[in-house]
Amino acid sequence: MLELTETWYLVLASLVFTIGAVGLMVRRNPLVQFMCVELMLNAVNLSFVAFARSLDDVRGQAIVFFVLVVAAAEVVVGLGIIVAIMRRRQGADADDISLMRG
Amino acid sequence: MDLIWLVPALPLLGFLTLLVAGPRMGDPKSGWFATGAVAASFAVAVALFVDLQSMPEYERQVTQTLYTWMPSGSFEVSIGFLLDPLSSIMILFITGIGALIHLYSIGYMKGDPKFSKFFLYLNLFLASMLLLVLGDNLLLTFLGWEGVGVCSYLLISFWHTEPANATAGKKAFVTNRIGDAGFMLGTFLVFVTFGSINYADLRPAATGIAAVTATAIALLFFVGAIGKSAQIPLFTWLPDAMAGPTPVSALIHAATMVTAGVYLITRLNPIMAQAGWANDVIAWTGAVTALVAATIAVAQTDIKKVLAYSTVSQLGYMFMAVGTQTYVAGVFHMITHAFFKALLFLGAGAVIYSMAHEQDMRRYGNLRKYLPVTFVTFFVGWLAIAGVPPLSGFWSKDEILAGVFNYGAAGPALWVVGVLVAILTAFYMTRQLIMVFFGTEQWRGVAPVPAGAVLGASGAGAGDTAPEQEAESPTVQLGEGSDEPTAHDDHTGHGDHHLMPSHEPKEAPWTMLAPLVVLAGMAAIAGLMNLPFSDQFKRLEHWLYPMIVFENPLPEGPTLVGLAAVAIAAAVVGIWFAFFVYVKRRLDPARIELPILAEGWKIDSTYAAVVGGPGEATFQGVADADARIVDGAVNAVGRGSLGLGTLLRKLQTGLVRTYALGVAIGTVALLAFIVTRMNL
Repeated sequence: MLELTETWYLVLASLVFTIGAVGLMVRRNPLVQFMCVELMLNAVNLSFVAFARSLDDVRGQAIVFFVLVVAAAEVVVGLGIIVAIMRRRQGADADDISLMRG
Repeated sequence: MDLIWLVPALPLLGFLTLLVAGPRMGDPKSGWFATGAVAASFAVAVALFVDLQSMPEYERQVTQTLYTWMPSGSFEVSIGFLLDPLSSIMILFITGIGALIHLYSIGYMKGDPKFSKFFLYLNLFLASMLLLVLGDNLLLTFLGWEGVGVCSYLLISFWHTEPANATAGKKAFVTNRIGDAGFMLGTFLVFVTFGSINYADLRPAATGIAAVTATAIALLFFVGAIGKSAQIPLFTWLPDAMAGPTPVSALIHAATMVTAGVYLITRLNPIMAQAGWANDVIAWTGAVTALVAATIAVAQTDIKKVLAYSTVSQLGYMFMAVGTQTYVAGVFHMITHAFFKALLFLGAGAVIYSMAHEQDMRRYGNLRKYLPVTFVTFFVGWLAIAGVPPLSGFWSKDEILAGVFNYGAAGPALWVVGVLVAILTAFYMTRQLIMVFFGTEQWRGVAPVPAGAVLGASGAGAGDTAPEQEAESPTVQLGEGSDEPTAHDDHTGHGDHHLMPSHEPKEAPWTMLAPLVVLAGMAAIAGLMNLPFSDQFKRLEHWLYPMIVFENPLPEGPTLVGLAAVAIAAAVVGIWFAFFVYVKRRLDPARIELPILAEGWKIDSTYAAVVGGPGEATFQGVADADARIVDGAVNAVGRGSLGLGTLLRKLQTGLVRTYALGVAIGTVALLAFIVTRMNL
């Protein structure tokens, strides 16, 4: 019987984070990229909670609440932008949106 | 003592008020307001003087710092005023004469369309002049120095619709800039040497500096003084400055601004004491200027030009005094000269006013019958400047001559020049007095020269040969032509300025005559400030004594009396000779009024030729070098940055995924660095 140590959580968190990071770079749909960002955030949350439990320190959980709140705010702004883009053009592709080119 | 700031602030307040409300206040009111501002400033100056007098001798040095203007590391400049014996006496006569001339101007400028603007400029001038003398550091003095320069420019070309007046103002400004460069370089050198530009710090430190440095500083500041005080070689702007209204000539170009150079040298006397041969340069420049200007004055026919050259000559006297380190005599003559020259100028203004703006003395004559008050006051001024005892000019001039005589080996030679100038001064002033107030009424006949034929080059009226010379003489302006070279004080404000044979001269209004009377009184008695008879009469000397490091002592007893006798003899000879030529007609005046003198030794026309010809080519070369090399370097730096920017902007693709990749690579690299190098 395998014991469920914090290592498992950390491995899972890093896997999720990597999925998120790679997804952000390879996918071109802004909505999917957005979800990838959420994945990365939650991977970090997971690692925080794992550490909080193994170190018996409540501060890790407190930070998670902060991250959740900030992420919620970010979702509001980000989705707003994406909806605005979707209204203006057919079929969104992150590589087509390059108005800020130098 | 806390009221020092009020002295320059009151005229400044007048300036600001007139700036806003001047045109609305209108003709006499704005003039009265400006006069009131200056009179109040004079009252404060008197109070300060009395206060200062009640203090012990060696504590008479009050500094009032309003705030720090430029704090920058070890370099700190404050807006601060220094009231000491020198500045207290300067502000007294500046505000006093200033108030009188303001009053005079109310009459003189009556009816001028720009009446309130004239007083606005006058008030600004006085504020700057007071800042110049009250500033407790060189930079503040420089601020005032530039301020008076600007006002001088604005007022010389006050009637700027006449091209000649506008160019005269420009010439004064440009010539002054040459001197200003010397002032600035001198200030830099003082800061490098002393680490401070406050006068209070200079005095104790001055004894410790190298003689070479002191000489360099002295010469640089003397260049500044040459420009402002119209000495050779930069004196040519002052005669042209007569294009301004006559009160301006009296206030700025005789009594106050042009003496700023003498003030500066006196203020820096601790450095001058170490400066060695720079003092000889100052003394000899003054002597040569005094002589050259006096000879030119002999042949002028314009009433104001005579006085202008006379001013240059008297300033030469003052520089002789400060150059031979006879500072008390220099300041003494500065004050007496301010009284009698302002008086003469205002008298000349009253004559011009009464004579329908004719300035040619050859068209005057016998005016004593028509203008009794002007005549009597002018007569007093004439006695004073000619050096007739017991009027003020005699005492100050005699003190300068005595001090110069006592100045080492070169003394007697300088003294001979001084006596020569005294003779010439008495001569040309007597000539002027005779031409204006005595003889026959010249304007009754036909005009001797057609209007506009008076020579413009060097601003000098030519003798009898004007028409031919006008064609060959180059123009006044630096390389610029002008169809009407005659710069003179005429304007449309008082209506017609053609002097008709039927003209009946009338005395000027009381606002103009009252200042004349007051100034005549002062010119007569100002000598009381410093009488040489015994120690207790030398009030000015005792007053200035604490702030002068080294003063050349005057000769003792019999020598002093002998020198005074020579000075009186010089005055008598000059007056007698003028009488001989112009009243008795024993000698043809044309043999004295040589054309070369009338043209000012051709100095001005030579400048015009040199600056306009080879000079212009040189300046063009310098300008080209500036455009190619200096500007080229600056532009190359600009182009380089532009190229680098073009290269870098390629990185900004606008693609979010590329940025994400960049962030990812950066994070990994950072992690790799931390893990491998930091031994966690």
